[in-house]
Amino acid sequence: MLTSAFYFIAFVTVFFAVMVIAAKNPVHSVLYLVLTFFGISANYIFILDAPFVGIVNIIVYAGAIMVLFLFVIMLMNLNAEAEHRKSNAFLIVGAFAGGSLLLIVVDAIRKVDWKSVSGQESSGGAIGSIKVLGKVLYTDYILPFEVASVLFLVAIVGAVILARKEKLPLTVGQISHPVSES
Amino acid sequence: MEALTTRRKVLEQKRMTLLERIYLPAIASGMGITLRHFFKKKATINFPEQQRPVPRVYRGLHILNRDEQGRERCTACGLCAVACPAEAITMEAAERKPGEENLYREEKYAAKYEINMLRCIFCGFCEDACPKDAIYLETTFAPANYNRNNFIYTKDMLLLGAKREEIKPPLTQ
Amino acid sequence: MVTLAQVLPAIILIVVIFALTMLVALYSTFAERKVAAFIQDRVGPNRAGPGGIFQPLADGVKFFMKEEVIPVLSNKFLFILGPSIAITASLMTGVVVPWGPDITLFGKTYPLQIVDIEIGILYVFAVVSVGIYGIMIGGWASNNKFSLMGAIRASSQVISYELSMGLAIIALIMVTGTLSLREIVEQQHGWHWNILYQPVGFILFLVCAFAEANRTPFDLPECETELVGGYHTEYSSMKLGFYLFAEYINMFISSAIMSTLYFGGYNYPGMDAVNEFVGPVIGPLIGFAVLFAKTCFFIFFFMWVRWTIPRFRYDQLMNLGWKGLIPLGILNLIATGAAVLYFK
Repeated sequence: MLTSAFYFIAFVTVFFAVMVIAAKNPVHSVLYLVLTFFGISANYIFILDAPFVGIVNIIVYAGAIMVLFLFVIMLMNLNAEAEHRKSNAFLIVGAFAGGSLLLIVVDAIRKVDWKSVSGQESSGGAIGSIKVLGKVLYTDYILPFEVASVLFLVAIVGAVILARKEKLPLTVGQISHPVSES
Repeated sequence: MEALTTRRKVLEQKRMTLLERIYLPAIASGMGITLRHFFKKKATINFPEQQRPVPRVYRGLHILNRDEQGRERCTACGLCAVACPAEAITMEAAERKPGEENLYREEKYAAKYEINMLRCIFCGFCEDACPKDAIYLETTFAPANYNRNNFIYTKDMLLLGAKREEIKPPLTQ
Repeated sequence: MVTLAQVLPAIILIVVIFALTMLVALYSTFAERKVAAFIQDRVGPNRAGPGGIFQPLADGVKFFMKEEVIPVLSNKFLFILGPSIAITASLMTGVVVPWGPDITLFGKTYPLQIVDIEIGILYVFAVVSVGIYGIMIGGWASNNKFSLMGAIRASSQVISYELSMGLAIIALIMVTGTLSLREIVEQQHGWHWNILYQPVGFILFLVCAFAEANRTPFDLPECETELVGGYHTEYSSMKLGFYLFAEYINMFISSAIMSTLYFGGYNYPGMDAVNEFVGPVIGPLIGFAVLFAKTCFFIFFFMWVRWTIPRFRYDQLMNLGWKGLIPLGILNLIATGAAVLYFK
């Protein structure tokens, strides 16, 4: 039952993932990507018993990041006709990058100790619950967790610096208060 | 420059204070105002059931007057049509035949007399212009209709005593 | 395998809550017009039925009878998908709301909640964030500049305000220690409502709820003066109806969730004494009625605000969201954390 459900969800997810690349229209691509995230979340929630991770995946990726993606692509108004032919150099570099990623993934899969993975299923529904997750995150993995948060802080500061411009004579803030100190 | 009126107000645009910038006090006071209006007496008059009274001099639908013997007063002189700023009145004259003296007061009468109530602006100039006291404006008005043609009032709708649909608002004292 | 007898109560509950949501949304449209009228010293729609009570039905029939226009250059599939997603997402949020305490019927206890998931709040959050796709897809598929602008405004607004809403909710979770809506409600038994512990968080949540539901003063996505009709400019007939309906359902659900999170849900002072007096069938129903009354108050509040405050300008909206609410949310978070550490 669970295995067949997994295969079904996995098939749907992979299908949508392929459609992301196959779709001509960028907006369709993004929408397929959203569906792919839903597939991954469904896997987390129904198969791996980790509803927290699944829901957070939807909130963060499908709900926020992909909305921004869609936002940008809609604003650029790309469509199938506007897409120009890529040069061959582009193709070679792309194939190289994609191939290296594939190698890494294959290597990672080869190294997995399959017995210990299948053994974890017996530990029941507790494995993905928020309590267990929180404990693990703040004890065993406290350092990577905090490092990741520092990384985000750096990203936020960087974004603020990028967004800051030199003072122009008229800024948006001044429009809302026509008589300011200046 | 000298101010032309005393009503001129110098608009001061200051930076908002902190209290103004958090919006909430202003929003709360605004909502107080709307809540007070919520319980106020409503200004609406539920039209067909309830009608706003009109003054006695209200200028509504026209009526073609008759004299004491019930004869039509109109002699189709056309002064009302000339006076009409909206050109809402059309008429056709005819000569009174012998034996029709009990119908028409004058020797000439209006065979056709039409007022387009969609054009009419109810100014009452026709009433002023009429030398025979034949046309008057009543205190009634026309009900709504789906067909524009139905707003062209023919003579048999205009004559005193004619049957026509009209809304009679109450009169003020 | 699950049997029919096990599933039946849940199915009945689903149908009842679905019908209730639809009914409330239907009558919200009527209430909106009435509230608007009363605030403007008018009487509002009063012709269809006694006091205008059948006005929503007339409106619904009108929506169905209207000609359906699908723009030629639009993407037809996505054009239809947009309103469908909008209304599906808004209906899905009602699943985790605990509508009342457990009810005992024929010697069996049933929960008045369709499912109690461990991460109820996050579920609501996720569904709301997915609902924005309805607006974005619809706005883009219309192939109309105004629709696109509306869709983009909607998405940027929702993303901005989701952050402060998340901060408000995190502060609340620190107080309650659980993500399950049912447990949050149970903790507020009697009069221990969360509003007493999280007043700032509630104000944050309220403001964000207005923004998420695209209600005035944050209804920039459908700002008539600038964008014709916003994201639903090209929509007609029942597809437009779906968008408008989704807004009212959102309003209903967010009112219910606000009552649940901050105003004790189905709890009310003195409920134990009342429950002992009326028994295990009427008691939960009174609890449900209490929740419903609170929800109705918030719906009224939504409308009251709409007919009081003018729309924000777009830069004001973004300033308020990023420079006002998020710092306030972080401060609230820190203060709450300190308080939790100090008192526990």
